[in-house]
Amino acid sequence: MKLFVSDGNPHCVKVLAVLEFTGVKCDVKHVNHEERVVPYLSRPALPALLLPSGTYLFSPNSICQYLIEVNGQESSDIVNQWLEWEATELQPAVMQALHMVVLQGKGAQTTRVLQGPLSYLDQSLSKRTTLFLTAEMVSVADVVLWAALYPILSDSSLVSGNQTELQHWFERVGMLAACGSAAQTALHGKGLKAESLKTYLQRQPSTHHGQGQVQGRGSQPCNSPEGDDDGDCVLSEEEIQSFAVTWGKGLADLPMVPERQHPILPVEGKRNVLVTSALPYVNNVPHLGNIIGCVLSADVFARYGRLRGWNVLYVCGTDEYGTATENKAREEGLTAQQICDKYHAVHASIYQWFQVDFDFFGRTTTKKQTEIAQNIFWRLHERGFLLEDIVEQLRCEACQRFLADRFVEGTCPYCSYPEARGDQCDKCGKLINAVELREPTCKVCSQTPVVQSSKHLFLDLPKLEAELEQWLEKSTGSGDWTANAKQITRSWVRDGLKPRCITRDLKWGTPVPHPDFSDKVFYVWFDAPIGYLSITANYTDQWEMWWKNPQQVELYNFMAKDNVPFHSVVFPCSLLGAQDNYTLVNHLVATEYLNYEDTKFSKSRGVGVFGDMAKDTGIPSDVWRFYLLYLRPEGQDSAFSWVDMATKNNSELLNNLGNFINRAGMFVSKFFESYVPAMDLQQEDKRLLAQVGWELKQYMNLMDRVKIRDALKCILNISRHGNQYIQVNEPWKKIKGDETDRQRSGTVTGVSVNVACLLSVMLQPYMPTVSQTICQQLNAPPTVTGTMLQGTGNFVCSLPAGHHIGTVSPLFQKLEAEQIESLKKRFGGQQPEEEEEEAKPKKPKTAAQTDVNAQPAPSPASHPAAQTAVNGADAERARELTLAVAEQGEKVRTLKGQKAEKAVIGAEVTKLLELKKQLSLAEGKHPEPVLIKGKKNAQPAPSPASHPAAQTAVNGADAERARELTLAVAEQGEKVRTLKGQKAEKAVIGAEVTKLLELKKQLSLAEGKHPEPVLIKGKKK
Amino acid sequence: MSLKELSSLEKALGLKKPNKYSTQGDRKVPVLQSINGPALVGLVTIATHLVQEAKRPELLGGSAEHKAVVQQWLEYRVTKVDGCHKEDIKTILKDLNSYLEDKVYLAGNQFTLADTLMYYGIHHVIVDLAVQEKEKYMNMTRWFDHVQHYPGVRHHLPPVVVLRNRVYTSGHH
Repeated sequence: MKLFVSDGNPHCVKVLAVLEFTGVKCDVKHVNHEERVVPYLSRPALPALLLPSGTYLFSPNSICQYLIEVNGQESSDIVNQWLEWEATELQPAVMQALHMVVLQGKGAQTTRVLQGPLSYLDQSLSKRTTLFLTAEMVSVADVVLWAALYPILSDSSLVSGNQTELQHWFERVGMLAACGSAAQTALHGKGLKAESLKTYLQRQPSTHHGQGQVQGRGSQPCNSPEGDDDGDCVLSEEEIQSFAVTWGKGLADLPMVPERQHPILPVEGKRNVLVTSALPYVNNVPHLGNIIGCVLSADVFARYGRLRGWNVLYVCGTDEYGTATENKAREEGLTAQQICDKYHAVHASIYQWFQVDFDFFGRTTTKKQTEIAQNIFWRLHERGFLLEDIVEQLRCEACQRFLADRFVEGTCPYCSYPEARGDQCDKCGKLINAVELREPTCKVCSQTPVVQSSKHLFLDLPKLEAELEQWLEKSTGSGDWTANAKQITRSWVRDGLKPRCITRDLKWGTPVPHPDFSDKVFYVWFDAPIGYLSITANYTDQWEMWWKNPQQVELYNFMAKDNVPFHSVVFPCSLLGAQDNYTLVNHLVATEYLNYEDTKFSKSRGVGVFGDMAKDTGIPSDVWRFYLLYLRPEGQDSAFSWVDMATKNNSELLNNLGNFINRAGMFVSKFFESYVPAMDLQQEDKRLLAQVGWELKQYMNLMDRVKIRDALKCILNISRHGNQYIQVNEPWKKIKGDETDRQRSGTVTGVSVNVACLLSVMLQPYMPTVSQTICQQLNAPPTVTGTMLQGTGNFVCSLPAGHHIGTVSPLFQKLEAEQIESLKKRFGGQQPEEEEEEAKPKKPKTAAQTDVNAQPAPSPASHPAAQTAVNGADAERARELTLAVAEQGEKVRTLKGQKAEKAVIGAEVTKLLELKKQLSLAEGKHPEPVLIKGKKNAQPAPSPASHPAAQTAVNGADAERARELTLAVAEQGEKVRTLKGQKAEKAVIGAEVTKLLELKKQLSLAEGKHPEPVLIKGKKK
Repeated sequence: MSLKELSSLEKALGLKKPNKYSTQGDRKVPVLQSINGPALVGLVTIATHLVQEAKRPELLGGSAEHKAVVQQWLEYRVTKVDGCHKEDIKTILKDLNSYLEDKVYLAGNQFTLADTLMYYGIHHVIVDLAVQEKEKYMNMTRWFDHVQHYPGVRHHLPPVVVLRNRVYTSGHH
């Protein structure tokens, strides 16, 4: 048996006393406070008793009870009761009192905390009829209570004179030899004055001291369990020194980074990086999974590459040919080209909202596409890499055409699901060959198709296999291919390649130029990857400098894992067979899948968030980017969850990252008139520099290997370190101290604001707007990025003493539970598929139907595509109504801005809603309840900095007033936080909080919102 | 709240005549009025007393070690779980989850009072967990599901649905 104790830990007094009292044999081992003795507890818990069986006891009272029990004494109800009281009532009060006396020197105020439990004990003692608390003999209850009170009651200044019974009892128990020696061992007999007690208390998270009291923790960093798992670096003295040297170098004298100039072309001697994102299919609105899977991931990497000074070209576009487009066109009564035009615009606007910074976003339905695809085709043909074969296909006689997989529905041959698609069954998920479907029907006319044969062209993959394998070995060996990409590719090659059909019996596609196949087009998977080339060709005539230049160009392909075989096997084979010195992929970066809550995204069921709706949530684009990247399915599937999004926003962005950056900036502006103070680095500061510098190197190392999600964690780790650093050093307190203290405050503030500046650089690929806002707030010099991201990363002092920063304001908003709940409902979709589909009469799912189910009425202005879909007369009416809605909306806004009477505003709002309803109807949509933004009250007033859109909505004078108020709120907020940090009097804090609330209310009004009841954090408990 | 818990416990223990309870203090600490002795104060104290009254000592543990473990988790429940700060919930879930990795119940292989009271105390937290979080704390969820289906335990609380097949094969992200 082994008892682990730590020096100065008051909880150890009782176990040591009971141990000696009972005389049980046991080794006592002294360890550090931080030592995690009990393996399953994430925070250190001492004392702890290791039993011979390997079981740990970590609660002091249970240890005491155990020792007593082993000694042959039974505990009674009354003893249990005192022990429970000690644990739940006395202990929290004692810990809080110790905190106040030892750390804050507020001995006088402990009465308030201790009064209750002490007089309860005193009264109980005076009512007793026995010598000790529960019996004539000393019991475990006496020893435990005595030990709990020892640090307090051994200090005469804290003893209240009128609790005589308590004092007599305390003295009597204290006479026990066991108690005396335990006090000696644990606290050197010095009680409160033990230096080791102070050390102990400083290391305690203030969490458990006194529940329910208003605490200065609102601003404490949130340590997510994930953060704990990451494992910190262990740095040697020399390493710390070398990071400090780097810091001292300051900003490098770098030439200004030239503005991007199009067309970007490969440059000799530079790292030329060509980035592509899988081309999103045009006929649907992309969902979050699509966005994170390719365009957003590629964007982060491209942005990072540009920051590093690489010569980056990022191209993407919509993939527009194929059966699905034809299908959609038929459904919407438009031509295929019209459908493409419409959805290309939808895609472009979504990516723009997500701030995806393409160098060029093109499309596949262009002349260049035909030219390049046909050229590759002929080269393959000339070199004998194409085969002819006969294929059996379903043909609908009524429609006079061959039916592509998606045009057929029937009964699944495996599970008998009646609505299986021609390529796959939605119910059992098995892949189906369309001719295997039982009772197949044409999706267009519902007739039964017949099986017919047709001649097609095949790419002779087996013939190219050897060359492919040779190339694969080289590319996967030297490039950064994700594990899933390598594995999927390996399994394709291992199973042996088969000839692959590259033609289809369709109209909407790149025509096959061969006269024998004149009524056919290229199969979309032969055609689509060629889109990368043709899109680049539409960007610049010199496209071949990128695509026929493997010596100078490094190609990164981003995609979700279902696209891997086409990028690693089929397309490279086309290019290899064409023998035209094409640039082949060097780094194939594939993600796993992103699920939605606990299900899959489904457009037809209206489940999930689709690109065009993200902006309707009122959550800023940067926050969306952050959360999607935070859960980027890197290495494993992940799931989008609303609750989790709110948690991550509130804990990581608001409480960790935003809190740190804001505090750092606020200290500079408030305590040092916006001038970065002089810094005199101590060991502690150097250790922080080293931790931060190490995380920066980690970040770059990960980013270089396209571990986008992991690199994001480094950013959050830095702000966590930063928060701890501020918390421990308390610059807001030291600024009020003597000269040395003030200097210390300056150093801590200066270092912190420099860390914040580094964060702005590291954040740029993830949250461009926030990054820019920070740069503006800190007035960061333009060479910061270049210096910090040079080589393997250098954390230098970029804001030297005397640097003048701009105006600091909060970066993030809290996401409230109610807001998230309503979003969750809104995007939750319908009930499970089966019920729904059975209940409805069977009819093809039309676009209009899905729109009603899935989307909130898009405002016409923001959704030009929706308008084009509306037919003739209604379109005219819709246009008129759109104008009317816009006008009426303006009117309402103006009234609100003028603080008009509620009733007046209400009447106008009603009119507005009516107009919107009519508009919806005219657009062929079912009207649905429209949320009135201001009224919802779920959102806190967005600060202008983080939400530029909100600002533009506010008119002139009010905007100015709002800006002033925002500043005032920020300042007042800091004041309250500081007061709380200093544990000021409740009444004082209360008064300042009231002021803060009043300011917030005014701000709401100035922003045209109804003031809302604001919850006071501490009060909630 | 704790009074409901005690009445459920009485039912679970098969005690015929219900006791009379009141509460004291801001934290509404339960008090058991008794005819043949002084009143008992505190959830754990009263619950322990009820178990003895029902002559089910095995619910408090057999050996000294077993008893201490039971007491420890009872104490954990009233000191750590009750009134915990929001940000501590994750730590609690994480710790319980790793503790329960190789255990069926809190005190090993035998069901005890610690399971019942921990279940009552942590129910409000588990109800709010997303499917994903439940999977993240898999061992803890498994224990919770086990206890809520233990005969006679779940009285005043709604059942929490626990999926048996994993939705997120990833574990954590």
